[in-house]
Amino acid sequence: MTMFEPASVPIAGIPAPVLSFIILVTAVCFFAYVMYRRIDLLRKALPDPRFYELGKRALLAVKYGFGQWRQPRYLGAGILHILLFAGFMILSLRSLTLIGRGFSPDFHLPLLTGAVGFGYDVLKDYVVLMVLIVCVVCIVRRAVFKPARYDHPGGGGHGSEAYIILGLVSALMVTDMIFDGSALKLNGAEGHAGLLPAATLASAFMPESGSPSLPYLHVGGYWVHILVFFGLLNYLPVSKHFHVITAIPNVFFANLDKGTIKPVRHGVKDWMELEECGIGRFEQFTWKHVLDFYSCADCGRCSDNCPAATVGRALSPRMISIKARDYAYTHHPVLWSPPNNGDVQFTGDVITEDEIWACTTCGACEEECPILIQYIDKIVDMRRYLVDQGAVPQSLQKPLQQIKKKGNAYGGNKAKRAAWTKDLEGIEVRQLAEGDAADYLFFVDSCGSFDPRIQEITKALARILHRGSVDFGILGNDETDSGNEIRRLGEEGLFEQVAEKNIEAFRARKFREIVAFDPHAFNAIRNDYPEKFPIVHASQLIAKLLRSGKLHLSGEHVKNRLVTYHDPCYLGRHNGIYEDPRFVLNQIPGIQMREMSRSYSRSFCCSGGGLLLWYENEQEKERMGEVRARMAAEIGAQVIVTACPFCLINLEDAVKTTGNEGKMEVIDLVELIDRSLT
Amino acid sequence: MDIIVCMKWVPDTSEADLVIDKEGKDIKKDDLDHDMNDWDRFAIEEAVQLKEKLGGKVTVVGVAPEDAEEMLRECLARGADEAFLLWDDAFEGSDGFAVARILVSFIKARPWDLVLTGTLADDDCGGQMGGMLGAMLGVPSATLVSAISVEDGKITFNRELEGGLYEHMEMDLPAVLSVATGLNEPRFVSIRAVRKVASVEIPTLGLGELGLDESLVGVQGSRVQIEQLTMPPEGEGAEMIGGKPEEAAAKLAEILKEKGGIG
Repeated sequence: MTMFEPASVPIAGIPAPVLSFIILVTAVCFFAYVMYRRIDLLRKALPDPRFYELGKRALLAVKYGFGQWRQPRYLGAGILHILLFAGFMILSLRSLTLIGRGFSPDFHLPLLTGAVGFGYDVLKDYVVLMVLIVCVVCIVRRAVFKPARYDHPGGGGHGSEAYIILGLVSALMVTDMIFDGSALKLNGAEGHAGLLPAATLASAFMPESGSPSLPYLHVGGYWVHILVFFGLLNYLPVSKHFHVITAIPNVFFANLDKGTIKPVRHGVKDWMELEECGIGRFEQFTWKHVLDFYSCADCGRCSDNCPAATVGRALSPRMISIKARDYAYTHHPVLWSPPNNGDVQFTGDVITEDEIWACTTCGACEEECPILIQYIDKIVDMRRYLVDQGAVPQSLQKPLQQIKKKGNAYGGNKAKRAAWTKDLEGIEVRQLAEGDAADYLFFVDSCGSFDPRIQEITKALARILHRGSVDFGILGNDETDSGNEIRRLGEEGLFEQVAEKNIEAFRARKFREIVAFDPHAFNAIRNDYPEKFPIVHASQLIAKLLRSGKLHLSGEHVKNRLVTYHDPCYLGRHNGIYEDPRFVLNQIPGIQMREMSRSYSRSFCCSGGGLLLWYENEQEKERMGEVRARMAAEIGAQVIVTACPFCLINLEDAVKTTGNEGKMEVIDLVELIDRSLT
Repeated sequence: MDIIVCMKWVPDTSEADLVIDKEGKDIKKDDLDHDMNDWDRFAIEEAVQLKEKLGGKVTVVGVAPEDAEEMLRECLARGADEAFLLWDDAFEGSDGFAVARILVSFIKARPWDLVLTGTLADDDCGGQMGGMLGAMLGVPSATLVSAISVEDGKITFNRELEGGLYEHMEMDLPAVLSVATGLNEPRFVSIRAVRKVASVEIPTLGLGELGLDESLVGVQGSRVQIEQLTMPPEGEGAEMIGGKPEEAAAKLAEILKEKGGIG
């Protein structure tokens, strides 16, 4: 300790403890007020009960918050972030200590005294140097290498805030180094130099011991450090760096129900009675939605993975967070009164209809977000509002009306739902009447019943089940569209109708499990239907039949061809089924498999299933399927296997339009197994 | 401005196997789904958009049995203010002329400035309703109308002609306009939107309420009698053109030239 400790040197005649007190109280009061305004907006938002399963939530906070689980998905940036985060955690104790040093020259946090205290000082010194290096690397990375995902092609970004925060953090480290470095010289304690690399480094730039400028460096470094610290603290809640404070709560309160969509309004018995439904105004977001907005760090990982953004559609998921946050901060400002809203409509003007309809609900954004921000629920809620206003793209209206009228988007005659069964040679498919029983209820869905290409999968699965001696039946004319996309397009009323019809049909029959080959139907029944029925995806059932030796395969169909597997969004990301289809494929003798650059949870959406097959987007420069087909071509794949009928259709088209016709085959897993049966 | 929109309830024949009924004068309609005539969807949308701009009232009316109430309710959900079903067993078998008579007796009994219809109906494609209504009501009429605007008691619009041309017209109100498809983007009607108008009463008016005599409607009041309906004879079947895309395209162009498709 020197005789020039900050606490004992008055500044402009004001005793240091008094100055410390003034700074502390002012900064904390301002911070508290800003936080009060932010929390006030959360309190004014709509309810969303998330105070259940607290143990599970604590685990989320440990894994994704403190454990930074998703950061290494972007390895370089992830490591940098993990180092910064660790630095923040370690240096938080240092910051508290330094605040105390403004009051008393020998202030120490409890337990951080003696050898432990010295140990911490050494650790902290290494960390200071590390954080400074990381900050410099981050600044250079942003300024020189300019990773594309930090761009905001449509404007409206807050990229400059990153430099401010990196600058402030660097300043914190440098002032800490000046403070400690000058102490080394003042104390003549240069013997510790080897243990304190940051302080030693700083002291190397300082005049010799005994120089009159050393006390100025020591005390000055201290006060600048304190001012930067409180400046940084107050900058957090007004910038994109609010995530430093909100990320862990955001992860704690993350969604626990994967694969489904939030109710129209939490805590309302009959949403049909609501004055307005969905989100048309900012006030209709839930508090968790708003917390998501607060927490977005604008890292761009969501948009980097978004297939809609990739092909040039109007959507960029992070811009939803950023625009909504800007709107929130403008209309619920910290100081003064909000501006007049004029005629600005949140849904429509701030977030445009083009953005809202561009989403395929593939979930790539949510899978990537390091702090588990959700997008699909918000987009669906905004769609619910647009649907309520009648503002639905023309290309989607017809298929929706067809489902209302005929129970399928194809306009197919209800009475012909089971017509495909007549094309099966030598196999009688049972249409289960009410009261009938079978081991497996094969849910064909509209696509499998009416789309001539998809009917081929339907028939293939029937043949496989027959060969595997599975006792199965179908609902026939009592089946209705599963409703997965109806719900995701925001037509909740129609979704409820179709779900109810199917549930009634399920109830009236006895079965062990439902089996579906369309992941969308699988998802709706598994995750969306209010009454739960056991359901498996075709790939799971086929895996089971293979394991029990009921099916035998030959490698003839894929002989000498390189095969790749395309993970369908609603099988993989939304339901976590990655391994069953791969297991099935690997049972084909001699099969050669290679993964595409984007596979498993990073799979690239082919442009969406169900009703999205009808959706026409005017902004896109190319089809998502085409991007995907090129990814397959890149690895030299000659066969793309998928496990979703819509992926099949989109990719088959894409193979043709990318000039790969004849070079590459697209086939559904079910079809491939059917063809490989021996 | 008070607008009356005439709506037709038509069988959906798109995915159905059509069968001619026993008398051989009509198709069997019992098993067919019915829906709003697609052209009329644009008419009701136009009416509601005009009302939203100019104020007034939109009344929808359809000559159809009870099932068609679904269509009229959908119109209420789209923004119509009131709906009437015109039906009486005596109306069965009415041709376009008789239906026009029924509609006119309804229209004459109330104040109105504009009658909108679709130009055609998806079922028999007669395309006669607008003209007949205009003549019977003694007001001007036009078909294939788009780009409607109303100012100072006059209505201006475009009429679609052949070859991508439009003629711009102006008419005095009242008038009867039959709209083209695509003149607007009809709004979507959700289940909730229909539920909201579920309790609105849709009265059914018959012969008595409309002040019509039985002889003026149905088969008796019709001027067109269908003698016989037959399926078109089956053609020779399609010709599949094989080969490379370039060759196939050249072959197709040749056939089209030869058989008069293109010059």
